Amino acid sequence: MTGRAVITGIGVVAPGPTGREPFWEMIVEGRTATRGITLFDPSPFRSRIGAECDFDPEREGLSYQEIRRTDRAGQFALVAAREALADSGFEPDDRNAHRIGVSIGNGVGNAISMEQEYRTVSDNGRQWLVDPSYMKPHLYSYVMSSSLAKEVAWAVCAEGPATVVSSGCCAGIDAVGYAVDLIREGSADVMVAGATDAPIYPITVSCFDTLRASSTSNDDPEHACRPFDRRRNGLVLGEGSAVFVIEELEHARRRGARVYCEVAGYAARANGYHMTGLRPDGREMGEAITAALDEARINPEEIDYCNAHGSGTRQNDRHETAAYKRSLGEHAYRIPVSSIKSMVGHSLGSIGSIEIAASALAIDRGTVPPTANYEERDPECDLDYVPRTAREAELDVVLSVGSGFGGFQSAVVLTSPRRIG
Amino acid sequence: MSSMTFDDLKQIMTTAVGEGEAEELVEGRLTVAFTEIGYDSLAVLEIASQIQRQYGLKIPDEAIEEMDSPQAVLDYVNARLAVA
Amino acid sequence: MTASVITGVGVVAPNGPDRESWWQATLDGKSGLDTISRFDASRYPTRVAGEVTGFDPAEHASARLISETDAMTQYAFAAADEALADASLDTDAFADLDLAVITANSSGGVEFGQRELQKLYSEGPQAVGAYMSIAWFYAATTGQLSIRHGMRGPCGVLCSEQAGGLDVLAQARRVLARGTRVVLSGGTDASLSPYGLVCQLSNGRLSERHRPDRAFVPFDREASGYVPGEGGAILVVESLDQARARSAPQVYALIAGYAATFDPRPGSGRPPGLRRAIELALADAGLRPADVDVVLADGHGVPELDRQEAEAINTVFGPGSVPVSVPKTMTGRLYAGGAPLDVAAAVLALRDQIIPPAVNTAADPAHRLDVVTDRPRRAALRTALVLARGYGGFNAAVVLRSA
Repeated sequence: MTGRAVITGIGVVAPGPTGREPFWEMIVEGRTATRGITLFDPSPFRSRIGAECDFDPEREGLSYQEIRRTDRAGQFALVAAREALADSGFEPDDRNAHRIGVSIGNGVGNAISMEQEYRTVSDNGRQWLVDPSYMKPHLYSYVMSSSLAKEVAWAVCAEGPATVVSSGCCAGIDAVGYAVDLIREGSADVMVAGATDAPIYPITVSCFDTLRASSTSNDDPEHACRPFDRRRNGLVLGEGSAVFVIEELEHARRRGARVYCEVAGYAARANGYHMTGLRPDGREMGEAITAALDEARINPEEIDYCNAHGSGTRQNDRHETAAYKRSLGEHAYRIPVSSIKSMVGHSLGSIGSIEIAASALAIDRGTVPPTANYEERDPECDLDYVPRTAREAELDVVLSVGSGFGGFQSAVVLTSPRRIG
Repeated sequence: MSSMTFDDLKQIMTTAVGEGEAEELVEGRLTVAFTEIGYDSLAVLEIASQIQRQYGLKIPDEAIEEMDSPQAVLDYVNARLAVA
Repeated sequence: MTASVITGVGVVAPNGPDRESWWQATLDGKSGLDTISRFDASRYPTRVAGEVTGFDPAEHASARLISETDAMTQYAFAAADEALADASLDTDAFADLDLAVITANSSGGVEFGQRELQKLYSEGPQAVGAYMSIAWFYAATTGQLSIRHGMRGPCGVLCSEQAGGLDVLAQARRVLARGTRVVLSGGTDASLSPYGLVCQLSNGRLSERHRPDRAFVPFDREASGYVPGEGGAILVVESLDQARARSAPQVYALIAGYAATFDPRPGSGRPPGLRRAIELALADAGLRPADVDVVLADGHGVPELDRQEAEAINTVFGPGSVPVSVPKTMTGRLYAGGAPLDVAAAVLALRDQIIPPAVNTAADPAHRLDVVTDRPRRAALRTALVLARGYGGFNAAVVLRSA
């Protein structure tokens, strides 16, 4: 375990315009992509807000066959993976293919296609014994979320270890952590890693309705997600993908690659407490943060910016604020903490990677993206949440965290190339 | 259905959480908080969704927050059914 | 780095709802394949499956947990309890952060999901239950096991179709190397609802033979596809040092080697990656092909895939020079539960010095494989190789070796 893993390519399909640079421009300007759901008719639902990608698979260059055999989640991943690969300048070929691996984080699989095809074979919910004569040939690739890793592997010619990491809403961080492990142990020289999810469809919207976890600011969707604000009233469902080229440091140096950052530390912990509940004291997220810092051999005081989970639910933002205080002590009050979910929503298994993309770009560009819509201070959330306006700052160490159903808590520490030496 | 009885609620609570899991519901203890008789927030949300399903009601978030005991559920549902 | 070992095994399988009854049935060649009974399958071209029978979830979990979980997770409750008891592992004796759960999943809780989708479309969004959010997703089993057993360390979930069940053992080994002390690993699956079956039918690999004893005959000349099954195995993994220090009742095997590869994309003209996975796993274990005493094959039952697997095995070991076992002929393919169940079979084979058979199949001589058929074979066993392939191109190999 001697290798060091660095990010050398970034591809993003986030809510709003497609691509890494449009994503970055949007979040540093504090613009939100949350809006009334257009992917289906949301009128019977309690929450009718989503953060949707302005995404056209044909315009993004996917082939007809790729479009036909993939779900929206797979299409996002393909576009993000190709952008990341092009950005990295790394060229897969027959000789290095077996040293390229893939790990793709995902929460709910190919949910839209699974639901659409269910409607057809069940005649819109009428038949329990669904009709196989209406079965689409790619249905198996939808039910097996592993197809998302397969699609990316084909797109980047990977023949090393490939898998989907599916730890719910932490998957986007855990997939990167998994990639880093494989690079450090020498199982791969290059990992194409990231995450994708496309959950904005009736069944998932129903789930969050039932749990009363999503925002009901239906008459003001642009300002619906208000992380850490006193008036926050829930998350906004998002979608999208971010994919990275992560490689061993010496491998990157040999080919003269540009390095965005090192993935210096990563940890996952579980709350062992409740599938949806969080202990108010923030213990388990604090433990994940401390473990990630330990792995990176970085003191809490060295953190320059914290890219928060900040989902905008009452429970999470309180828990998360407590976790920062537990794990970072007084330093929690001194650093900027911001949630881009205010702008791009919560895309479940994908958001961890989208937030890592924001964190890596924050280091690269020397800018802290803001928390949009933050206006009123909550006495239980009393840190510096970077309200509405981005800030310029030299960032050497950035922490990004995630939390999800099943009790998963993950943290990752990214460091600037200035620290690599 | 014009009203919800104790037995109706008991049936729903049993479906939501299963036989023999939480404390058995008895008429004399309807005002005891859900948390004290073994129903966590997720179980209460499941009870609410079963009521929505069976009675065709849409229960708003504020009402859920008020539903902290079986009696509160009965009162709320019966008040809504009376005006429906 | 201290070696990772398997010290506890728990099983829920179509031919036995617990470890020893499944193992005895497996040695006796008793198949769990039968006509689907859970629903009327007469309208489907595939009618044979490996259903778990004689399993009562109420014996393994509270009513609350049963109402909020899919069968895939209920099988894991039972298998995890059995594995922990087998390892004589008292979780209270460990700090909760030193324990972790890392399971494989494939299709999520499809039966639970189908029920809720039906409510959504026949009754409306307000009919969807609160437990849908936590029951069907791929991480449900890891999350529930983590809560049930107070395991708060680096938990995880991997999905690589059938190969994922080996990938999780490698991940268990990784986290043990970094200080976690016990990992519950493996996987269980339950994909047999009508919608789940139709999803599987779409891959074109399911057998459409209706006789349970002819439906799934890997390596046979009459191989015509595979039969889906449910269940799986949960394994207790810890370091060899710890197992010895706490006098664990048994050390079944070292996880001596592992590798995963992915097949070249279509049109590359290069061979599939299974052979490379075997070679890399052997290299990882520091062993030569001649050290391997038995191979538990992936045994897909699809002629071309059988041919590819035979070729990979023969290229590494030489034709007919290592016994090949396919106990999944008695269970069907269990997806995320399949490879963990093969690992369970491998470690019990090492324990009892006996190779379980494949049933109902007569290996096509063209494959040049020594397939152990019909009756178990006594043999001196020290090292077993388990192979798994996942739809789409995933390959994984694990080398298990007696400690």
